[in-house]
Amino acid sequence: MFILFVSQGESTEQSTTPTQETLLEVPPVVESSPVVESPPVVESPPVVETPPVVESSPVVETPPVVESSPVVENIPEADSSPVVKSPPETENPPTVESPPSVESPPVVESPPVDESSPINEESPVVKVESPPIESEVTETLEVPTAEPPTPEEPTQPVVVTPVEGPPQESTPAAETVTLTASSKQSPEVVTHVPYLIVGAGTTSVAAFRAIKARDAKAKVLIVSAEGENPYMRPPLSKELWYTDEKEAAKTLRFKQWNGKERSIYFEHEEYYTPLPELSTRENGGISVLKGRTVVKVDAHKKRVYMDDGTEVTYDKCLLATGGRPKTLAVFERAGSEVTDKVTLFRSVADFQQLHEVAGKGGHITIIGGGFLGSELACALGYKTKSTKGSVTQVYPEYGNMAKVLPEYLSRWTTDKVKSEGVDIITHSTVKDVTTTPDGKLKLSFDTGKEIKTDHVVLAVGLEPNVELATTSGLEVDENHGGFRVNAELEARSNLWVAGDAACFYDIKLGRRRVEHHDHAIVSGRLAGENMTGAGKPYWHQSMFWSDLGPEVGYEAIGIVDASLPTVGVFAKATAKDTPKAVVEATGESLRSETEQIADPSPPMYHSSSPHSPQTGEDYGKGVVFYLRDNVVVGIVLWNVFNRMPIARKIIKDGKSYDDLNEVAKLFSLHSE
Amino acid sequence: MSYCKQEGKDRVIFVTEEDHNGPTEVSLPQDDETPAGLIQPDGDINWACPCLGGMATGPCGVEFREAFTCFHYSTADPKGSDCLEPFRQMSDCMAQYPNVYGNKEDKEEENAELAKEMSTNGEQTEQVSVKA
Repeated sequence: MFILFVSQGESTEQSTTPTQETLLEVPPVVESSPVVESPPVVESPPVVETPPVVESSPVVETPPVVESSPVVENIPEADSSPVVKSPPETENPPTVESPPSVESPPVVESPPVDESSPINEESPVVKVESPPIESEVTETLEVPTAEPPTPEEPTQPVVVTPVEGPPQESTPAAETVTLTASSKQSPEVVTHVPYLIVGAGTTSVAAFRAIKARDAKAKVLIVSAEGENPYMRPPLSKELWYTDEKEAAKTLRFKQWNGKERSIYFEHEEYYTPLPELSTRENGGISVLKGRTVVKVDAHKKRVYMDDGTEVTYDKCLLATGGRPKTLAVFERAGSEVTDKVTLFRSVADFQQLHEVAGKGGHITIIGGGFLGSELACALGYKTKSTKGSVTQVYPEYGNMAKVLPEYLSRWTTDKVKSEGVDIITHSTVKDVTTTPDGKLKLSFDTGKEIKTDHVVLAVGLEPNVELATTSGLEVDENHGGFRVNAELEARSNLWVAGDAACFYDIKLGRRRVEHHDHAIVSGRLAGENMTGAGKPYWHQSMFWSDLGPEVGYEAIGIVDASLPTVGVFAKATAKDTPKAVVEATGESLRSETEQIADPSPPMYHSSSPHSPQTGEDYGKGVVFYLRDNVVVGIVLWNVFNRMPIARKIIKDGKSYDDLNEVAKLFSLHSE
Repeated sequence: MSYCKQEGKDRVIFVTEEDHNGPTEVSLPQDDETPAGLIQPDGDINWACPCLGGMATGPCGVEFREAFTCFHYSTADPKGSDCLEPFRQMSDCMAQYPNVYGNKEDKEEENAELAKEMSTNGEQTEQVSVKA
């Protein structure tokens, strides 16, 4: 494995630009994107400095790096992180700058300074003019090529994974470990932690990364009531359904729209510090306490109480308790013969249950017309193509996403969902649910209509988890729900709240509570920064996105509420204006991240040959402005991708415009 | 040509490429959300830079920082040649976490293949290795 530090004059600017806002989501492993450092000017322009090199235990370095070189130059893959890369210069032997693609393991590698004479694997040598340290390197070499099933991968040799005894054994079963190896630790081990995070979702990950970035030796304890290591939820209603792998529901690996695979887990099990070691690790670490619930926080004594009676004291605490699916009274009072056939969709377990049910090919009814309901409807519609099952979506509004999109787009979306094979029943609320003699459920609607179904999915909103408020004397917002916190996400001294459960003061848009993945990232990061003393207010607007299958999608920012007046500007869409295309182009499926990968600046308009004005009402591609007191407070980018930074500026600017069509020009709707 | 329609509170404008060809009259303020690069204007290293992809925050974050810091501030010639020890420590650390610092894609492929093998029970002939 290699890590390549190159220092070089220029290029800092450009190379870092696309990555500006933290890519929190990036799966951890920098799969060794070559870390390149380019200090402004300081260093001598002359090319690659030879980093000190050391070889990793097993020494690495196989010269034939042929194929990987191109990869490095590219925009990092989805799984990888943006790489700061200074253009390799001339004299570099190819080996040097092609640490095998982004994916490869980090390697400390010494660019052979003088010539590219390959380093012999057998005799670890540090090829630098500095004191070699070969004598120290005694470990055995392990070339991954030799590893199990990939014999004919000629490309592999580049990568020499430093694998030593024990860890390797866990390799094949890695994912399984992540899934099952829980709850063995004894919680009593920890009685005090500097940083405590209650909740193990996306917010929690963003927070601990920010904490660790600012306090390198931080010790962080995460309490996961769900009993899982942190994972991302968006794929549970999106990509995982379109991954044709039979095992997808078990491995929880999904194919992004661009076909590349990744896991929903943010980090490998190995990333986390075993609980018993947390307090003694000199360099700190992040541990996950699984299967425990925090039932009370004493903010004054800085102490939390667990459901098993144990207590932990902290210096700084973050509540990232998230939320749970709401239910409907009619289902709540039904017996288990009904509820056994009802899924409240939120977690991995819920996904797995529904996935299994869907595989049987029966009839599934989705109640709810919002993000989750509409995404699941499309997903299940897709699924039924191979299972002979069928899907019905029921909601009280006139169309899908009616609370979010203006009516014309809502109707358009509804048609789209129908075309995915979903039977839609609008203007309907469930009044009664009973079981039938043949083991199905009978749903009766307020319209008098009745349907029989095998399974029901309730996607009727989220209830923030605020039980701690009553036991701990914390304030809950009456209008928005959630713990009330200030603009710095602070509820009390040394106690913060972020993610779905936080009702925060947005200094631009007022008091809000937001339930989206990117908000979990943005607010979790902010909380982590503030837990380490940043004292920053909420200032970076989060965005959200929804994909109705690979072909239609939108991204949005700010207050996107269908009750507000809107102005939409539309142009004709092309084949490139789909979620699939954007993920293919950027390699990133978490679209809160694509804006950082893709070049955010719209290209100059291009003048293609003139074509006749289109007059059809085609909502293929456009931008919708949401106005409050004539000020733009929200923007939907409809099949327009990688323009979010522009939208964010407009929201931040907070101005009213006479002609929003002029503003729309900023989005270069006609360019790719 | 562009044309508009009003649907209740919602206004819709359809535009052609020509309509949007000219420059916009709107200008946005300079972005004060300065992108955080790896090296800050004052020369310090920004450990929160996404470009590090978690290197600075993972289980070998401390070792990584020491090595990288040494290299960054090294005045030796060649640069960093005085940093062997921290680099050795970093790689020693990383070697303990092959699943974190190893070649992830390969690991993933192995897992996928393993799953395939298990499900197809035996015939693992052709899909053995598919490299993206």
